[in-house]
Amino acid sequence: MAAMDKRQGRIRLPQVVGIAVVFAVGLALFPQVAGTYQTMILAYGLLFAIAGLGFNLLLGYTGLLSFGHSAFYGMGAYAVAFAARDLGITSMELLLLCGLAATAAIAVVFGLVCAGLTRIFFAIMCLALSQVLWSLSYKFFWVTGGTDGIRVKWPSLLGITEYSGGGAFQRFVHDYYYYVLVIFCIVVVGMWIITHSPFGKALQAIRDNEIRAEFLGVNIRKYRLIAYIVSGSVTGLAGALWVPLAGLITPDTLWWPFSGKLVFVTLLGGFRNFTGPIVGGVLYNYLEVYAIASTEYWQVVLGGILIVLVMVLPTGVVGGLSQLAAKLRTKEEPQREPVTDG
Amino acid sequence: MDIFILQVLNALFYAAILFLIASGLTLIYGVMQIVNMAHGSFFALGAFVTAWLIGQLAGNVHPLLLLLAMPVGAFIVAVFGMALEPTLLRPFYKRPEEYQLLLTFGILLVLEDLMRVLFGGSPLAADQPMAPFGSMPVMGLKYPNYNFLVIAVGIAAAIGLWAFVYRTRFGVMLRATSQNMKMASALGLDVGRVYVLAFGIGCFLAGLGGAIVVPTQTAVLGMALDALIIAFVVVVVGGIGSLKGALIGAVIVSFVRTAGVQFFPEIELAVLYLIAAGVLLWRPTGLFGKA
Repeated sequence: MAAMDKRQGRIRLPQVVGIAVVFAVGLALFPQVAGTYQTMILAYGLLFAIAGLGFNLLLGYTGLLSFGHSAFYGMGAYAVAFAARDLGITSMELLLLCGLAATAAIAVVFGLVCAGLTRIFFAIMCLALSQVLWSLSYKFFWVTGGTDGIRVKWPSLLGITEYSGGGAFQRFVHDYYYYVLVIFCIVVVGMWIITHSPFGKALQAIRDNEIRAEFLGVNIRKYRLIAYIVSGSVTGLAGALWVPLAGLITPDTLWWPFSGKLVFVTLLGGFRNFTGPIVGGVLYNYLEVYAIASTEYWQVVLGGILIVLVMVLPTGVVGGLSQLAAKLRTKEEPQREPVTDG
Repeated sequence: MDIFILQVLNALFYAAILFLIASGLTLIYGVMQIVNMAHGSFFALGAFVTAWLIGQLAGNVHPLLLLLAMPVGAFIVAVFGMALEPTLLRPFYKRPEEYQLLLTFGILLVLEDLMRVLFGGSPLAADQPMAPFGSMPVMGLKYPNYNFLVIAVGIAAAIGLWAFVYRTRFGVMLRATSQNMKMASALGLDVGRVYVLAFGIGCFLAGLGGAIVVPTQTAVLGMALDALIIAFVVVVVGGIGSLKGALIGAVIVSFVRTAGVQFFPEIELAVLYLIAAGVLLWRPTGLFGKA
């Protein structure tokens, strides 16, 4: 780990901001050059990226593998669907608040239950808790619509726009993409600040050596609980944002294989890097979309990629690339201290 | 009263199946310390292979001979597992848990589609072996006698597994490897062979579970996912890595579920997961697990 931190230390903050702005501008220009379909797919990718960023605060920074983050994604989505259907809310901002409030509440309850556990026990506890929500959504069909799910209409964005009539779908996707992009940027900046704050450093200290962190005065349980709540809420935000675009929420989103999907997203990009889940989210979404579109046996494609990935590229795409870059850099400038893998 | 007996029999039937799945899962965790997310797929594979075998043989041989398809199906699953363990899984024993979970999750996805390729997307029925056993009248309904065979197989598997682990030479090797792999290896044990055989036994048990359950229901895609998650609940309640725990856990889960279907059908699944969460909270290592 020391090696990676050194590498990160070499990149200065203005550089990071510069690169981030270039990417943000690129993402903002995307709908101008691409059609509605591609814009929608990228929006889904950004949603996975938000969910992955939330998830990775636990896996990458706190060292806790949650196999139950579908609970938050699904809870955010169901809360939006309930608020839209039962309370008649049409404003996306209010719907997001409902989604966030519901996921934060669930995250507090689940967090209090999970915070004392680690390793495989933590993972299975998260799994069990998420399955409780899944089974309720599945069985209480008079509330949740069961496997038929709940349809969600297009909400109004920022209170100005109403989507009906001809070309409404194209306009909605176009506008919604920017809506997602803005929230994505806010989440990226927010998570960057959190992970680089003293709080984030304390989490990494817990991850690397729990006992040492405790001796340094870090309240492990409290820090883990806060990380869990933040992580769950961010993933829930992604779910809340996802459901108007998808138009339908079914119990499948709460089911445990969806949690596996979130782990997949994060590992694909690389969980030891801040940008890993972002790359992983966008990349995974393309993989899934094109695998499903091109073959009936898309699970073989995804499963095969996952197996190969954990075997040959355990640090993910971003981790692999940064290792490659580090190798090239040490070759070019041999006078610098060599970067070793830690 | 009859309905009570019927429900107890149903619970025991379900417990037998659950024990076959969960004991393999817990054995593999106990020896190799990996949580095998593909374990439910071995159960499903056993069901599909056996259903296919029965489908091929039915009509040509005596119905009782069809029962032989079951151990054969389970054995095929075991051979498959024994090929998988040294090639794919073994490099991961020393890696962090997230990689093991993801690797086996990947295997699960691949196996799910492999079964779709091999056996088609539609459910496979194979109820021919049930007919020769006849049925027993209970409350004007017919209770199939075949179910008693399933319960008997579950009990036999529990006794056989116990005898194997605690009364044979290989069982000693298994327990030694489980307690301290490096020490066992240093003392000259062929740990690799222990791993392959332990994994094979685990797969055989799961495959046998699928094989004996398939006459009573159909083999469908997706049964792997449900089986895995319920087996997790069993193993968590009983204590991961403990065979006694798998047995008691299977009985607890099956009775709770049977009672749940009868008295509180809406929340029967939720109650199971809450029990698992409660046990994890109270004793993370389960009722019989060691820390």
